Amino acid sequence: MDILIISFSNSDYDRAAQGVAGAGRNLATVLGGRLRAVVIGPGNAAMNSRLAAVADEVIVADQAELAEYQPEIFLQALTSICRDAAPAAVLFGNDTYSQELAPRLAHRLSGSAAGDGIELAVDNGAIRVRRSVYGGKAVATIELKRSPAVLWLRARAFEPAPEKDSATAAITRPAVDLSMRAPTQIIERKSEGAGEARLEDARVIISGGRGLGGPEPFADLQDVAGLIGAQLAASRAACDSGWCPPSWQVGQTGKKVAPGLYIAVAIRGASQHMAGISDARVIAAINIDADAPIFKHCRFGIVEDYKNVIPLLKEKLAALQR
Amino acid sequence: MNIIVCLKQILDPEVPARDFRIDAEKKEAVRGTANLVTNIFCENALETALQLREKTGGRITALVFAPESGEDALRKALAMKADEAVLVINDGHPHPDPLAVAHVLAAAISKIGVFDLVMVGRESGDWGVGQTGGLLAEELGVPCISFVDNLENGTDGLIVTRQTDNGWEKARSTTPLVVTITNNEYNVPRIPKTRDIMMSARQPITRLTLDEIGVDAASIRAGGNYYEIVDISIPVKEVTCEFVTGDSLDERVDQFAKRIIEVTQAL
Ligand SMILES: Cc1cc2nc3c(=O)[nH]c(=O)nc-3n(C[C@H](O)[C@H](O)[C@H](O)COP(=O)(O)OP(=O)(O)OC[C@H]3O[C@@H](n4cnc5c(N)ncnc54)[C@H](O)[C@@H]3O)c2cc1C
Ligand SMILES: Nc1ncnc2c1ncn2[C@@H]1O[C@H](COP(=O)(O)O)[C@@H](O)[C@H]1O
Repeated sequence: MDILIISFSNSDYDRAAQGVAGAGRNLATVLGGRLRAVVIGPGNAAMNSRLAAVADEVIVADQAELAEYQPEIFLQALTSICRDAAPAAVLFGNDTYSQELAPRLAHRLSGSAAGDGIELAVDNGAIRVRRSVYGGKAVATIELKRSPAVLWLRARAFEPAPEKDSATAAITRPAVDLSMRAPTQIIERKSEGAGEARLEDARVIISGGRGLGGPEPFADLQDVAGLIGAQLAASRAACDSGWCPPSWQVGQTGKKVAPGLYIAVAIRGASQHMAGISDARVIAAINIDADAPIFKHCRFGIVEDYKNVIPLLKEKLAALQR
Repeated sequence: MNIIVCLKQILDPEVPARDFRIDAEKKEAVRGTANLVTNIFCENALETALQLREKTGGRITALVFAPESGEDALRKALAMKADEAVLVINDGHPHPDPLAVAHVLAAAISKIGVFDLVMVGRESGDWGVGQTGGLLAEELGVPCISFVDNLENGTDGLIVTRQTDNGWEKARSTTPLVVTITNNEYNVPRIPKTRDIMMSARQPITRLTLDEIGVDAASIRAGGNYYEIVDISIPVKEVTCEFVTGDSLDERVDQFAKRIIEVTQAL
């Protein structure tokens, strides 16, 4: 049985898309089917050809009605494509659009969905997915009872798909009837920090929590970030306080990041926060409380009021970088 | 505007990791001395609904599918000033799968009657499923917008703002509509007044059984047939933290800075 992977053409064949393709290739091999890639949205020839190098077929859905993301129309298009393809599994990344559409698509295909998967397996023909539960305190294995399995994956948890040795895949363009009147219409969109590297791709992250006590200290963290090429992030508590935009939130219900170094400043280390940084290579923390749970995850740390640390840290880093 | 807010009662997610245990047999967390609380995103949803009602008028019905304990979640919703409370009694599997839940909620909503808006949380703090809103929309046959953090009444329909990976989108929508609510600085749930808490204790709660709402009660009681938890475990992952040492703060920060440079240069 075939595996479908879904990519939105408004992004690139980035690490997330590569991970989804890798997971799809493994599953296709186990099930003895083809890996078929669906690219949906406005035409993106670069993405089509990158996928053609790793998949067995590329299905491009770029007709005029799909020029920009509209949930009801995209859902209609994917439903139609998936019905025709009758796959064993449909795999998405864990971006906003994927999470929004996957459960509804599963419902329309009479399949089952499960999300934020970090491992896939096949047991007696049934697809199983591992994901963290209870705010990151436990990990569960879930068996999907209906087919297709519609899954969204924590894409960076999967190795990228290898390029094929053989010829690149055929690109097909199915005609989908999208002449529906959508009851909802996205009328405005705004990206903050457009042009900046995405948090998910950051090599170094400095993240601030409620212990900062206000928005101003984020400016000091920005100075430190500038010295070591880091990006800024935050805990839910800091975002809910309005000290920084919601898109900075890292955790179970925020960004899932995988930097080489994550520096947590005045963040307690609640399991829901840690769920977003389980793929970080090194975690370091500045916290006034030696018993803060964050230190259970840290390679190194300093127990001290951040107010005393940050000005000195700026000096030291500047001197060391010279 | 008739608004239905679906609330899920969960094991307190603030239980520290060191006190967290699982029952491998039952494949769920051990409750121990932990409280049951209303899922935070459901409270964000109720708060968003209350603010919308302040602007547009209307009625808010709080809907919970849970065992009898679910009454607590409804009392709290009433104390926050929801107008009505409905409890669908779960006398079966403690964690029915998300399609079973959506099926029950849809049947209960049909029983409640007309609605313009159904609001659910983006995900629950226990199993973190994140599917009920989408599945419920399909069960009801209405559109859905996810990760919403603000709603306003526009000239022709609702204007809905939702968060995306790097910003936001605004949508115009007809009603009825299902939205899943995420947190922002404006929908932090209000603390109910003592007087309202006392009043909520005397307000009526409508109780419905699975047999009364016209679902396949046997299948729901068995947990549904969408997916099944086959295994649950606690990952062991402990790193030893090296606390920087030194006689003065200057020395300690110096060491801290050196470690940072060491790691970043090796990347
Ligand atoms: C369903 C659900 C989903 C959630 N999703 C997320 C998520 O995606 N991301 C997330 O972050 N949270 C999430 N949470 C919330 C999470 O449980 C915590 O409440 C939150 O992470 C706490 O943020 P914090 O550590 O910044 O604040 P606090 O818990 O208040 O901790 C503040 C820390 O700062 C330290 N501190 C105080 N003053 C100073 C000082 N002067 N100098 C140095 N240190 C100081 C304190 O010792 C403390 O450790 C979620 C919760 C639920 C229930
Ligand atoms: N048993 C339930 N009763 C009422 N609402 C629920 C129930 N389960 C889930 N929900 C709603 O669906 C949202 C998302 O839950 P989930 O899909 O389980 O992550 C919750 O925030 C609730 O609003």
